[in-house]
Amino acid sequence: MSTFYFTTPVSDEDIRKVHIGDVIYLTGDITTGRDDVHIRVVNGGKDSPVDLKGKAIFHAGPIMKKISAEGEPDKYKVISVGPTTSMRMEKAEAEFLKATGTKIIIGKGGMGPKTTQGCVDNCAIHTIFPGGCAVVAAEECVDVEGVEWLDLGMPEAMWKLKAENFGPLIVSIDSYGNNLIENNKVEFQSKKEAALEGLKGKLDFMH
Amino acid sequence: MSYDKAAEERLSELVSAFICHASGHLPDDVRKRLSEMAEVENEGFAPEIYNVMKKNMEMADKLGRPSCQDTGIPQFFARVGTKFPFLDEIEPALIDAVKKATERAPLRHNAVEVFDEYNTGNNIGHKVPWIDWELVQDSDQLELYFYMAGGGCSLPGMAKVLMPLEGYEGIAKAVFDQMTTYGVNACPPCLVGIGIAGSAEVAAKLSKKALLRPVGSHNENPKAAQMEKDFEEGLNSIGLGPGGFGGKLSVMGVNIEQAARHPATLAMGLSTACWAHRRAGIRISPDFTYDFFTHKGVTL
Repeated sequence: MSTFYFTTPVSDEDIRKVHIGDVIYLTGDITTGRDDVHIRVVNGGKDSPVDLKGKAIFHAGPIMKKISAEGEPDKYKVISVGPTTSMRMEKAEAEFLKATGTKIIIGKGGMGPKTTQGCVDNCAIHTIFPGGCAVVAAEECVDVEGVEWLDLGMPEAMWKLKAENFGPLIVSIDSYGNNLIENNKVEFQSKKEAALEGLKGKLDFMH
Repeated sequence: MSYDKAAEERLSELVSAFICHASGHLPDDVRKRLSEMAEVENEGFAPEIYNVMKKNMEMADKLGRPSCQDTGIPQFFARVGTKFPFLDEIEPALIDAVKKATERAPLRHNAVEVFDEYNTGNNIGHKVPWIDWELVQDSDQLELYFYMAGGGCSLPGMAKVLMPLEGYEGIAKAVFDQMTTYGVNACPPCLVGIGIAGSAEVAAKLSKKALLRPVGSHNENPKAAQMEKDFEEGLNSIGLGPGGFGGKLSVMGVNIEQAARHPATLAMGLSTACWAHRRAGIRISPDFTYDFFTHKGVTL
């Protein structure tokens, strides 16, 4: 297990250095995008209004606060921004990577075989920020550059964040087709069978 | 008796402060269980994840912010004393309290109208906040639970009606299947709520009410209490660990609630609460003094 400190834009060479179980701290451009952004780009065929080449997409729907005064250009602050369940984006993520050139996906929980193949094909990775730790994440975002597609509502809009040493990001899918959480799930399944076996005879309330 | 606007206002101010505090602070029982679990989880990724979780709780408190960005779709579970003097004022006060807390906490905008598919922008929507009502005889108190039902930990939710021959083992299989698939993504260690009844909607509702019971509490029926312990032990033997990264434990606990079933059905419901289990309970008296019993010693 190694630790890496990357700055966006991240190169293919950097991506190839990392493997599942490694930890990354990321500095630079992180843009939020979840269900509706994926639907618009992949199903709707719209171009991402944010240039994501070599950058990170963050599966997150933040709480933002407008800090600019009336009449001034809009300025926002991140109040709370943790990862959301990445698996919801499984259907669209591989095509999203291809369409946008995104290199790092940040989210929570694992993703499936389509995204794993997408990471191989597009030299990209999926990483996990600890779920529910949204204030830690917010404080690692030092600035909000702007917002796109705000018509989707606060949680679904694309918030352009500037991050400093954003992490820990645990690599769950690498560019070699390895998938940490899927590996874990195989182990969980076999332990589950044993656990259910252990309950036999303890639940015979109807006998 | 005429409508008491001043009472509505006092109630809504109190409940708004209650929601704001709950958004940034986990209840006492959850904090205690998490620190016990952190002691046990000393291998792999688990210690680092528990460290970040702890740091997050401290920062949310210090900065006065919601500890998780997903402040959930607002749900109230009200146990209303039949002698509580402001029955008409409760519902308008709760709706107003959600509006105020959305601005003040601030809470994320989480109410999306179905069919018209737009975010209302203030957490108020058709039948939202969702309010569950129970009457309590011979009481002048209003007991309120607020629950922030986040998306991630709502995804494993399910209800199904088993045939009696599938037995309680059928319930075990459904719960363990769900927890080792969807549960991995639901910010473990979760609290698992199970409802058992005669039909799907009763089982589902009881499963959510089971999550309102404190972590570590047990069902009054000794067989049900034993099943809670057996399920907890069984799920922990799988070792989902914090965040699904693997570990020695899986869950904060298993709470089961039941209602008598139909002879021909065995319905089960499952609800899960993520580790950031923002459940808050308060008992309000007619003079608006209160007991914030899930968060002892807190003044609103």
